[in-house]
Formats: sequence, structure tokens, C-alpha cells
Amino acid sequence: MSRRTSPVIPGFGLTLGYTLVYLSLLVLIPLGAMFVHAAQLTWEQFWTIISSPRVLAALKLSFGTAFLAAVINGVIGTLLAWVLVRYTFPGRKIIEAMIDLPFALPTAVAGIALTALYAPNGLIGQFATSLGFKIAYTPLGITLALTFVTLPFVVRTIQPVLADIPREVEEAAACLGAKPLQVARHVLLPALLPAWLTGFALAFARGVGEYGSVIFIAGNMPMKTEILPLLIMVQLDQYNYAGATAIGVLMLVVSFILLLLINLLQRRISHS
Amino acid sequence: MSSATLTASAVNNAARRGSALGRRLLVISAWLVFLLFLVLPLFVVLTEALKQGVGVFFTSIFEPDAISALKLTLLAVGIAVPLNLLFGVAAAWCVSKYEFRGKSILVTLIDLPFSVSPVIAGLIYVLLFGAQGFFGPWLREHDIQIIFALPGIVLATLFVTVPFVARELIPLMQEQGTQEEEAARLLGANGWQMFWHVTLPNIKWGLIYGVVLCTARAMGEFGAVSVVSGHIRGYTNTLPLHVEILYNEYNHVAAFSVASLLLLLALLILLLKQWSESRINHLKARAGEE
Repeated sequence: MSRRTSPVIPGFGLTLGYTLVYLSLLVLIPLGAMFVHAAQLTWEQFWTIISSPRVLAALKLSFGTAFLAAVINGVIGTLLAWVLVRYTFPGRKIIEAMIDLPFALPTAVAGIALTALYAPNGLIGQFATSLGFKIAYTPLGITLALTFVTLPFVVRTIQPVLADIPREVEEAAACLGAKPLQVARHVLLPALLPAWLTGFALAFARGVGEYGSVIFIAGNMPMKTEILPLLIMVQLDQYNYAGATAIGVLMLVVSFILLLLINLLQRRISHS
Repeated sequence: MSSATLTASAVNNAARRGSALGRRLLVISAWLVFLLFLVLPLFVVLTEALKQGVGVFFTSIFEPDAISALKLTLLAVGIAVPLNLLFGVAAAWCVSKYEFRGKSILVTLIDLPFSVSPVIAGLIYVLLFGAQGFFGPWLREHDIQIIFALPGIVLATLFVTVPFVARELIPLMQEQGTQEEEAARLLGANGWQMFWHVTLPNIKWGLIYGVVLCTARAMGEFGAVSVVSGHIRGYTNTLPLHVEILYNEYNHVAAFSVASLLLLLALLILLLKQWSESRINHLKARAGEE
């Protein structure tokens, strides 16, 4: 780590050193310690923990609901970004300012608010009840909570890209006889897709790890509505550190593999 | 007028009418999403909080446990945010002003905490500093408590908010380049003078923006703090944890009252965010004109 191109500006050693020490002490060494802790388990022990039906059910639920929420956000996030960038209409500024509410609102507050809203006797939940299904205390409720907390990601990553696409390109395509769907497919989609995938990946990663907003609405029934982070919490409450560590390692490894795949996909798209 | 141009203009008009209709539909659906997803939950928090009148609302907020939770939250935010602010400036400085090998790895590492579950963030500190952790015996010998105490809460809060300031500053400082700093140096300014008089004024609003986002997350962090706090009422209970305890005790009105206090803080944060953002755009527009 050497070769500075701007020798006039001081502070390289100081700032880089401080950054590395701070990151190491706060993030890297503690995270590494978790892997060291997990390495004390034998493969059989590790495998027994992570292949238990309860862990597998939680794994499927966490990644499944986070994926679904990211897909929903991919749709409504694109809609919101499009409307905010392209149109002027009454209330645009209010919506623009409030999009970030899920980032500013503590997740526990979001959790109890959404539970009150979607519970069987809640404002929206009662309609579901009369139609014969439940929202809160089911995977559907978890998905909705995750959709709420990750709503800003797709909007905020797409917005600047959308604003930078010159309208002339679309107009030119339309003048050359392209139908609106063709314009969307051949002009907008290629330009937006990398940013869309970034937003999707951010929403997905946050959704997998999310805890505060989910535990209230989930109902937390083992095998049915128990998410992975909660399972770690349960192990910790029972002083089962080996179990908590194994599940933590599993979760990190699976998330990183998925993020890596999304990253590779993104590179292929922006190269072609 | 030939028939060809006639049909062309008719098609054009139809398309325009179609797009006007489509536009209206899109705006209406955006409004519906906004009301249903963002406004309704806020409305529910306030109505549930005021269900039994203003009196109960204020008693719940001014109850001693709630006050000590508020104090602890402010204390943790007050320690964590300045530390991550300092880190964010240092990290953005070395990433944006110099070229060196391994830079992209460093940027990835700075963002790492965003893809780690908050519960894992709590867990790693328990594994290090808990009673059965690596340093557990040593800490007990020296009578130092980290887990189930303030230091643990601060550490967990620090971890989840590490990237915020750096993430806002890196693109901003990369865009600004190094010319102004170089000029200041050539004119004889020392390192600190250059930083205070040239760099800081340039990045001021980006810095405020990052701090606002960092504060929001630090104030509301739940999962990570929940692991290391131990939920000791009046001692290690932050405001979001206090909401959880009240809610699980079926004391819903009190839970929603404290929640609406957090909601007000969140709205205040959004206002500050909007303000710093508009300042950034204003400066960018002015720089564009020059």
C-alpha cells in the first residue's frame, strides 16, 4: 500500500493508518474472532447444527422473505423513482422527503406499527380476516415488514441514474418508430439495470439480517415464522454460544455468496 | 395535407393521450403506495399512543424508566456518532485524495457492516467480551464490565453505523479532486490550515448529511444493542428496547407513546436531511454554473 500520486497533500499515512486500525479493532478482528470461535467446532458438530430442521426452516424463511421483499421493492421502488424524477405533480416534494422515513424510523417502532396495522383486528388486517387469511404472524407479514424497512434502497439508487438519462435518447427512439415498450426495453432497461441490481442487493442484504421490525410481526413460531437472526438470539439466551456462532457463520457465508453472485451479474451486464 | 401525415399526426395524438393517461395512472399509484406503505404506519403509531388521551400519553413518556432510557440512548449516540464522524473523514480522506494498491478492497471493507446482520454485530462482541468470551476471564479479574453495560452498547452502535459518514464523503471528495488543496499548500498553508480552510468548507454539507443518517441509525438501533444490553430496566435499556419491553408486557399505549417520541425524532432527522441535501444540490448547481 504505497505510491501516492499527490505528494503535496499531507496526511496519507495518518488517515490510512487510523482507518485501518479503527476498522480492524471494531469490525475485522471481532468478525474474525467469530470464525475462530466456529473453528473450534468439528465439521460434524458444525454440520449437525446447521442441518437441523429448525435452522434450515429459518434459513429458507429469512432468505425467501428477504428476496421477495427485494423483488417487491424492485417494482414499487422503480415506480416511485420514475414518478419522482419524470413528473411534477401535487405532493411530489412531500413524497420525495418521506421516502427515507424507513431509514430514519427506529426499526422497533416500524415493527409495532406494522403489527398493529396488519394484526387480525388491525386497520388493514381486518379486511384480510374477512377474506379468510392472515397477514401478521405469517411469512406474508414478515415480507411486508421487510418491504417497509428496505423501501428506500431501490428508489435512491435508481433516481440519480434515471435523472442522468437524456430524454433526447428516448425521444429519438420514439421518432425512429419505437413503441413505448420497445423504448423501455432497449433504452431504459440497459441503463437502469446495474443501478437496479445495486438497490436490489442492498435491500436483500439488509432484509436477511433485519431483526427489529420483524420480530413483532413474525409471531416467532419455530419452524414456521422464526427468522435466522432470532434463532441466533434464542441460542444466546440459552448460553449456547457454539450454536449461535455456527448459525452466524452460516448466515454470513450464504449472504456473501449471494452478494458476490449479484456483483458478478452486474459486471456482466455493464460489460455487454 | 396528404393522408400519410394525417395518420401520422393522429397516431401521435393518440400516443400523447395514452401517455397522459399512463402518467396519471403512475402518479396515482405512487400516491397509493406512499399512503399505504409510509403514511398509514405513522398514523397508527399516533392513534394508538393517544388512545387513552393525552394524560396517559405524557405519563408514559415522563415515567422514570423512559427518561433513563432516553438518557442512555442520547449518551450512546453522543459517543458513537463523533467517533464514526472522525473515522469517516479520515477514511474518505485517504480513499479520495490518494491512489494506492488495495483501495477498492478498503472501500469494500468500510461498507462491510451494512451486509452483516445487527444480531451478528452483537454476537461478535459477546464472543469477545462476554463472561465466556476470549477476554471474559481477564475482564472479570480486573472488574471491567463491557457486555450488559454501556461500553457494549456503544460498541454495537459503533459497528452498525461505521460506514455512514465515509459513504457520503467519498463520492463528494472524489468529485472535488485535489486542486484546491494543492493550491493551498503551494500558497504556504500547513496541513491543518488546508483542512480547516479549504477541505472542510467544501465538504461541510455532505458531512452534515452523513452525520444525520448516522444519528438516525444509532438512535434507532435495535438488534445489535438488544444482544449486548441485557435489558436491565433503568440501566441498560435504550429507548427502542424500552418500546419492546412495554409492548411485550401488553402495555400497548405506553409502548406507542414512547414510539411516537422516536417517531418525532425521526421526522426531525428527515427535516435535517432534506435541508442538508438541498444545500448540497444548491452548491452543486452553483459549481455547475461557474
